[in-house]
Amino acid sequence: MTGWETVIGLEVHCELRTETKLFCGCRNAFGDEPNTNVCPTCLGLPGSLPVLNERAVEYAMRIGAALHCRIQPSLFHRKNYFYPDMPKDYQISQYDEPVNIDGWLELPNGTRIGIVRAHLEEDTGKTTHVGGGGRIHEAEHSLVDYNRAGVPLVEIVSAPDLRGAEDARSYVDELRAILVATGASDGKMEEGSLRVDANISVRPAGSDELGTRCEIKNMNSLRSLGRAIDFEVSRQIALISAGGTVVQETRHWNEADGQTHSMRSKEEAYDYRYFPEPDLVPLDPSAEWQDRVRASLPPMPADRRARVAAASGAAITADAVATVVRLDLDSFVVAAADAGADAALALKRLANEVAAEMDHARRLDPDAFVRLILMESRGELTTAQSREVLKHLLVEGGDPAEVAQRLGFEALGDDVVGGVVDEVIAANPVEWQRFVGGEDKLQGLFIGKIKAATQGKADLRAVAALLQDRRASTSA
Amino acid sequence: MSAAPGATAVDVAAAVRSGQRSAADVVDDHLAEIEAGEPQIHAFNHVMADRARAAAAEIDRRLAAGEDPGPLAGVPVALKDNLCTRGVPTTCSSRILEGWLPPYDATVVVRLRRAGAVAVGKTNLDEFAMGSSTENSAFGPTRNPRDRGRVPGGSSGGSAAAVAAGFAPLALGTDTGGSIRQPAALCGVVGAKPTYGLVSRYGLIAFASSLDQVGPFATTVADAALLLDVIAGHDPLDSTSLDGDLPSARARLDGGPEGLRVGVVTELSNAEGIASDVRSRVQAAADALAAGGAKVEEVSVPAAVYGLSAYYLIAPAEASSNLSRYDGVRYGLRVAGPDITSTYGATRAAGFGPEVKRRIMLGTYALSAGYYDAYYGQAQRVRTLIIRDFETAYASFDVLLSPTTPTVAFELGAKTSDPLSMYLSDVCTIPSSLAGHPAMTVPFGTGADGLPVGVQILAPALGETVMFQVAAALEAVAPKEVQA
Amino acid sequence: MPGRITHDDVAHVARLARLDVTEAEIEMFTEQLGAVLAHAADVASLDTTGVPETAHPLPLSNVLRPDVPTPSLERDEVLAQAPSVDDGRFRVPRILGEAP
Repeated sequence: MTGWETVIGLEVHCELRTETKLFCGCRNAFGDEPNTNVCPTCLGLPGSLPVLNERAVEYAMRIGAALHCRIQPSLFHRKNYFYPDMPKDYQISQYDEPVNIDGWLELPNGTRIGIVRAHLEEDTGKTTHVGGGGRIHEAEHSLVDYNRAGVPLVEIVSAPDLRGAEDARSYVDELRAILVATGASDGKMEEGSLRVDANISVRPAGSDELGTRCEIKNMNSLRSLGRAIDFEVSRQIALISAGGTVVQETRHWNEADGQTHSMRSKEEAYDYRYFPEPDLVPLDPSAEWQDRVRASLPPMPADRRARVAAASGAAITADAVATVVRLDLDSFVVAAADAGADAALALKRLANEVAAEMDHARRLDPDAFVRLILMESRGELTTAQSREVLKHLLVEGGDPAEVAQRLGFEALGDDVVGGVVDEVIAANPVEWQRFVGGEDKLQGLFIGKIKAATQGKADLRAVAALLQDRRASTSA
Repeated sequence: MSAAPGATAVDVAAAVRSGQRSAADVVDDHLAEIEAGEPQIHAFNHVMADRARAAAAEIDRRLAAGEDPGPLAGVPVALKDNLCTRGVPTTCSSRILEGWLPPYDATVVVRLRRAGAVAVGKTNLDEFAMGSSTENSAFGPTRNPRDRGRVPGGSSGGSAAAVAAGFAPLALGTDTGGSIRQPAALCGVVGAKPTYGLVSRYGLIAFASSLDQVGPFATTVADAALLLDVIAGHDPLDSTSLDGDLPSARARLDGGPEGLRVGVVTELSNAEGIASDVRSRVQAAADALAAGGAKVEEVSVPAAVYGLSAYYLIAPAEASSNLSRYDGVRYGLRVAGPDITSTYGATRAAGFGPEVKRRIMLGTYALSAGYYDAYYGQAQRVRTLIIRDFETAYASFDVLLSPTTPTVAFELGAKTSDPLSMYLSDVCTIPSSLAGHPAMTVPFGTGADGLPVGVQILAPALGETVMFQVAAALEAVAPKEVQA
Repeated sequence: MPGRITHDDVAHVARLARLDVTEAEIEMFTEQLGAVLAHAADVASLDTTGVPETAHPLPLSNVLRPDVPTPSLERDEVLAQAPSVDDGRFRVPRILGEAP
């Protein structure tokens, strides 16, 4: 793959968590009996008219604000095409004057990805294909359920700033977390409330021109997204390398055979004949409404990562930082910092020991955790002991000091450890002379003996430091 | 067939409310008129005899129980067949909706029922309201009660004829480019198109969404005003429905013409094809208003001459999209093919008549890639110019005057082979539609062959009060026709 | 200003609009639509620089409704009007491809 650069833009469709549909009062619900949440408007019956859902607008603005977009006056347009899941054979969407434009989000690795637009549109019904294994091309007939028709969507279009499968997965992950944080979405990709299409092209590394792109659809999980991107990139590179050219088209990801397949014959872009929706009036949210929206947003994942980084001194792009935020453990780091405990140590424990036991992590009381960190950073417990206590706290809860006592852990005081070190040195004079003389690998021998002599209660880093110290003063 | 000497809606409602006549008798009388006259006129696609009788019985029951049955108690009303009536066939005079029973009522239908009106039937129209003669109906034309060899106008020809023939004192029609006013003028009755947004479009089967409005037909201005006031008003189910302080059509019916400033629109009076008999009736109306104390002058609305062209780009464009839903999937006609695409194509080919197909294709073309800006976009800009010229005119005048139609009713079949000549019928009515302004027609004597001529009164947005005031003033001095 | 509408334009537009048309119809419509568009040339050639489009004759904006459920239709009444129904859903002949 060297010598090639991958350019990816993602379109993410996000179902909004409103009670009702975008343009009518039918329930926005998943899994109900087919065609029971329908009315003249969402069925496209003759004479029906759309009326815009206020909460859908609120959610769209929350999403725009969370993505640092400019919220602007907007219009709805009709996108005209025929398809059985489309009750009116046009979709009410937004075209050249969408509600949110010119935003960005920051990935955990620090890369900033541009958001071109995030606009409102209505969802289609659901079609099931009968016969031929349920696939569209071999089907005998199809069945349509309009419960989903008219459900509000926000379509979020990224700039082509993503450079590979890893970027893409990270972007979707981050975007999902943002959408959930705004309250606008439940982020359930597996239930279809978040759908991702990818626009993928390749170009020689260092080139400024964009290659011909293909749109890839039907990726239903992050894993599929990654696999599909990898396949498509290879396909395009192989094609171009063999002297061919990439055809601009839509391709369908097939999970079973691990390939993308062309969906359409080569033709020009479909003519949707967009024109302003005459049944709706312009949307122009007041400055006051926009301010309220921005003020009511909770911290976004990037804000939380920044807070963890500031509290712990770690880099904002550190894996541990991303991990604790993703697992909603960031408040523990902040609590540790607020209590004057070693927040960097707290971060380490959370990103490793706690993260490994997320099933139990709910049992972990922030105060107890902070007290444990304090104990470890004051030397009252060794690293190994602290980890052990933490495991118990995760599984059973409780107070760290009590658990430590129950387990028979007490860190030994410095003078006690110093005493044992001196005893072991005295008991092994020959090896000690050799160590002082420069045989560094004998340090392990002394540490082992000291460990045994203290029944493992000595903090081994402290022991190593003491050995170095004795050596230095012996030589002097 | 003469215009039946039936009582007006105002009189019928008064009689029923006071107990002088039962709603049942009123409806029976009108159903008898319909039965006798309908074979010669074909105003209706569907007569709602059983439902009408049941509704009338309900009115009588409410009265007997001491309840207020509403301002239109017992008054029979005919409904254009593009208004949804729950459980009653609503076809838009198209094969593609033949037999369709809507599962809901249009808002105007609900308001009529609440006012005590009795719906007697669904009237014939040009298919999907596209036409000026009702000859585009898939179920045969309606005949003008004033001369059965002639068209009643369109697209609301059935509603106009029903009122002119005495089948009902009131009817609802719809007007997109003149489809209430033009047939009203040709049939010799009153017809009004309200300000865009004054009357709810919920349940009105769309032709051109930014132009369509529901409006009244009646034999008198007072009746039309009463009906309009009943159906008008904000509807939360229609995003384009006006809210706030809305005018009453009846507020100044007795105001008279004195002191009002009336502008006769030069471009419309002199438009392509305006016949001399029509022009002279408009002049007579202007003279009558002046004699009554109005200040009458000529006024220019220059961009009005572009109205016809702009309309025949905008209306078909919106219609082409509005009619996409007729695809054989959820309701209506299906001509099944081996796959969905062939089903779409065959269904729509079989279900739509030639005029509808023409407009769908014209509209699709005007919106298509590469042509949007030159056609649809340009027409919407010209629309702005028309609105601006009207605003200038209304700065100096309270209402404007013009012919309603270029000629009196023409013969059936006279214009069917030349679509463009049919389109020219709308030259006077289109500009107010594009502007969203109210306009209405009042019969003012006869022209060639003793056929009725209508005079059009135009008013600024939300100017219904002064518009009806002038209409009533004209009606008061209109020549009383000799009934045939 | 665009050129006169052609036979191929009409065929293309009929396809876009999902209207099956015969060859004779295409010829007839080409002539009729051509006449209408020629008449509309007066509008097409106007100088409208700087003039905004009027998509709505009304000065309305921000018409919204609260996110509160209202009754849906009874499924039986809806499906009773459908040309073909199966298992509570609208049945259609085979769909040959994905949505455009």
